[in-house]
Amino acid sequence: MARHRFAREALSEWMKVDGPDADIVISSRVRIARNIRHYPFPMLATNQHSREVMEKLLAVAKSGKLKEIGGFDTFVLSDLNELERRILVEKHLISPNLANESRNGALILGHNEAVSIMINEEDHLRIQCLYSGFQIREAWELASRIDDIFEAEVEYAFDEKRGYLTSCPTNVGTGIRASVMMHLPALVLTQQINRILSAITQVGLTVRGLYGEGSEALGNLFQISNQITLGQSENEILDNLYSVARQIIEHEKAARERLMAESRMQVEDRVRRSYGILANAAIMESKEAAQRLSDVRLGIDLGLIRNVRPQILNEMMVMTQPGYLQYLFDEKMSPDQRDIRRAELIRKQLGSKTEHGGV
Amino acid sequence: MICQECGKRPATLHFTKIVNGEKTEYHICESCAREKGESIPGVGSGFSIHSLLSGLLDFEPASSGSGIGPSLQTLRCDECGLTYAQFSKIGRFGCSECYRKFSERLDPLLKRVHGNTVHVGKIPKRSGSRIQTKREIERLRRELQSRIEREEFEYAAKLRDKIRDLERRFAES
Repeated sequence: MARHRFAREALSEWMKVDGPDADIVISSRVRIARNIRHYPFPMLATNQHSREVMEKLLAVAKSGKLKEIGGFDTFVLSDLNELERRILVEKHLISPNLANESRNGALILGHNEAVSIMINEEDHLRIQCLYSGFQIREAWELASRIDDIFEAEVEYAFDEKRGYLTSCPTNVGTGIRASVMMHLPALVLTQQINRILSAITQVGLTVRGLYGEGSEALGNLFQISNQITLGQSENEILDNLYSVARQIIEHEKAARERLMAESRMQVEDRVRRSYGILANAAIMESKEAAQRLSDVRLGIDLGLIRNVRPQILNEMMVMTQPGYLQYLFDEKMSPDQRDIRRAELIRKQLGSKTEHGGV
Repeated sequence: MICQECGKRPATLHFTKIVNGEKTEYHICESCAREKGESIPGVGSGFSIHSLLSGLLDFEPASSGSGIGPSLQTLRCDECGLTYAQFSKIGRFGCSECYRKFSERLDPLLKRVHGNTVHVGKIPKRSGSRIQTKREIERLRRELQSRIEREEFEYAAKLRDKIRDLERRFAES
């Protein structure tokens, strides 16, 4: 049985509620980077320094000052075992860097997992807020409130000219990284995606595939975020991201409508085939799973598949990662065995949701 | 396209290296990129934003060739001991003092990364009022200038008094 709340379910509490434009924007995230004055950044901090930083920041959570935001648990990374750290990474609650390389790393995690605060990652403090759907502004407002709570307790490294000082010069200034995770199957199917993505990079935003290597986007999931953190206010940064993401939503919607108008049968065939394979296959590689799950999700959004929860895509993307699979089945697995377990798990999930009435 | 290293696998990484204005194109597959151990964008663990950044940092501005000021080799942050040479290699600062120490060198870098060099966003409350006063003074000065240009002298006089008042308060704080 799980020692910790975060391992019990693959789908974080905040993800179970549908946000605005949830058919295209899976989630919105804001993370802000802060450091404490007079302490070297984690990379050069002595053990003593980084322990003091950790204690100072954990004390803020333990003193109950975050209560107005919600309930929180605190974890010292070295108290968690490897599998628990891995699950946190797979759920995007901490970075691989914090999981594997941090000294005196710690985590303050909201009970609904919408807020995760990393300590002694690349910077002393990284506040991350996640919202479902397209709610980038809400995510920033929450992050900023939490920022104010910490700022009242510790003195930040702040420079009048350069703003909030961060370990990496790509974060200096506002220290903000705002991103939206978008599911864009129709733009990929209609081969418009590359044109759109290359346009994005020209307006100070960057895009990367989620879970994919390099630019490859597994499951047609794309994460779009701001690149510039200095010389623009938080509002300008958010407005820019918001309006670009809004345009992409409209393009994706138009592409979906066109697919339905021009080649409805082909689309229906595709999503039903993917559903059939997911519901019946005995071996399922992660890459194929991502693609098929994306198809099924598109089918749900287009009304072609019923009786399957739309969250199946996000949930299965987390549950079928190596760490979570190992945790669920309580055994170490070779990649081949994982593919078998993955197929089993997806079969079960899809089957149980469609017992009455089918697709 | 076939990988130019092994000549077998398809090339999946395409990049252009520019060294001293000399352009070289590479088309290689992932496994050769890994073997070569080069930090190439998109190759698993070999790549980090820091290695990319260090490419931007690792140049001596033409103006410093004359021997004025400390050279890049000796420039060092007294607070944490990080040298500029180390910074340009890893692309990360050691402490907040590094920003001050390396300040002159940072403008070109920040300009390239952000297109800007000066912060305009959120300010911590505790250091906030002073900075906000300063920003307000700067804003009023710009407005004063434009009012004078438009010959709105009455309004300009009011602004001038307001600026003086703010400056006095700023000096006292």
